[in-house]
Amino acid sequence: MVAEFFFRLHAEQPILLGLIRCLFVLVAILSLVPPLIWWERRLLSWMQDRIGPNRSGTITFPDNFPVKGLASKKIRTFGLIQPLLDGVKLFLKEDITPNAVDRKIYFIAPALALFPAFALGATLPWGPNYGLYGILTPIADVEIGILYVLAISSLGAYGIVLAGYASNNKYSLMGGLRASAQLISYELAMAMSVACIIMAVGSMKLTQVVAIQEDALWGAVPFLQNWFIFTPFGFIAAIIFLIALIAETNRAPFDLPEAENELIAGYHTEYSSMKFAVFFMGEYAAMFIFSGVFATLFLGGYNILPVNWGWMAENLGWGQGLWRALEGANYWLAPIVFLGKCFAGITFFVWLRATLPRLRYDQLMNLGWKSLLPLSVANFIVVGLWVIMTKMYGVMGGWIAVLAAFGILTVLYLNLVKIARTSPPMEKRTVTLVNPTSERRSVTMVDAKPQETPQA
Amino acid sequence: MTLNQIAFLVMGAAALFGAVGVVFFRSPVRAALSLVINFFVLGLIYFMLGSQMLGISQIMVYAGAIMVLFLFVVMMLRDDGKTDKPQTQEGKFLVGLVASLAIAALTYVAVISPTMNYTGEKFNRIYGTPQSIGTVLFTQYVWPFEVISILLLVGIVGSIMLAKRKF
Repeated sequence: MVAEFFFRLHAEQPILLGLIRCLFVLVAILSLVPPLIWWERRLLSWMQDRIGPNRSGTITFPDNFPVKGLASKKIRTFGLIQPLLDGVKLFLKEDITPNAVDRKIYFIAPALALFPAFALGATLPWGPNYGLYGILTPIADVEIGILYVLAISSLGAYGIVLAGYASNNKYSLMGGLRASAQLISYELAMAMSVACIIMAVGSMKLTQVVAIQEDALWGAVPFLQNWFIFTPFGFIAAIIFLIALIAETNRAPFDLPEAENELIAGYHTEYSSMKFAVFFMGEYAAMFIFSGVFATLFLGGYNILPVNWGWMAENLGWGQGLWRALEGANYWLAPIVFLGKCFAGITFFVWLRATLPRLRYDQLMNLGWKSLLPLSVANFIVVGLWVIMTKMYGVMGGWIAVLAAFGILTVLYLNLVKIARTSPPMEKRTVTLVNPTSERRSVTMVDAKPQETPQA
Repeated sequence: MTLNQIAFLVMGAAALFGAVGVVFFRSPVRAALSLVINFFVLGLIYFMLGSQMLGISQIMVYAGAIMVLFLFVVMMLRDDGKTDKPQTQEGKFLVGLVASLAIAALTYVAVISPTMNYTGEKFNRIYGTPQSIGTVLFTQYVWPFEVISILLLVGIVGSIMLAKRKF
């Protein structure tokens, strides 16, 4: 019935159906951000051996309550209402606009920060590309799917930089500048790791990316799916993409733009009430959608398990009904599975936030430019080799070439490290300490370990 | 009026607003922001014409790269919205007006009036796809493509050499 309705709409009112497709994504993001915040706070508090928000929404019935079973009982909701209350608080709080801000840009900036987070989801397929889901997802199945994601995510810096600039506050400006530098640096590694996937797939359509991942694993194991995270180059690209994506969403350990102990709150220091909430929501929506991008590129999109149920039903002699049922479940549960993968990604984000300390600025830049970028370029070359060798010598030839290339690259890298070790490790910096009680003394610092000069 | 025409009018107005804003805003940050709007909307117009690859390149390369311009403005110009003096004195305005009218007339004669009455056959959807652009780029134009990439590499190496303080 529902399916028939959508098919008729597709035939008669394609524009209306397009709007409905947009609505699905928007409603999903808007309704899932509050639970995400709850999940992050609870999980983080559990990891840090705290309790977290657990009081709001607890109903305690009095002893003389007329309903028998409920008298003197407590109904707990584990703080699930907390995000709702926070939302109400943010709506009703006084909206303070400082006097010295650049008013127009100050108001535009939160909207600009929110826009890319919502627009990113336009090319993500959250269901298979045939049947009912074929007309409901993605919003636009364009040829440039991945490029669209990269382009829109690069616009994400504008909101932050403009907020930092318009606030007319040194800390905000520092936050904005840090954010833009971070984004520009990590975009390169991210684009290169995505280019590996584009080359392996041979198309930039995201539906095509998922379809390719449903092929036989390594071209050799037909009942498993070839998710890119299982291939050697895909695994490396996935790690690079993951690190770059944490940096792009400004999450810990790359949350330098809003480092509390250095910059108060970074670019949103001067924002209060609903405008702050918009920044907050943009950040969480971006996390959510980027997890979806990661799942689409590397984790087989909406597939539950990396198993080709259809192949098993056709080629195994037994259990046909079971495999067909599982194939059907894989089709109809696709949106839920996709959301589940997004949630898994966010859980990973929270885990990292609870585990890793924030990087120093030079460490951040070194990681981006000196480690991730060369690694992703080397990976890119290996993928090219794999494509050529697979075309020339078949599947096995391709994989042997990949393993050999990785072996050679590892040996080269280790030798380079050995050469680098023999050169002096760091420049020596001299700091003059001012001591009012005695004469000036100079202290030489080598590699962050202070070697104090012996006292005279 | 069809939906296409309405969409084009909206986008064209936004692009024009951006283009005019670049010139007329006193504050450099606002001018840069108008430039972003202009580039972004131009990308959308390319999408509407069916050239997806061109449109996304426009957004990614131009709209994304204005970020660097922003940084220059913020770091070097110390913009407080009032630094830029009005440019209407010394007859500059008149000369500018005449020059822009001349350009408009030239555009009309050379581009608009010959294409006004042209209705070609139906648009070929393959034309703007990344596949077709990639095929052309790596077969017919592979030599210029490689030369340009060498040029860019030289540019990168040169800028690093200039930025490095110690040799």
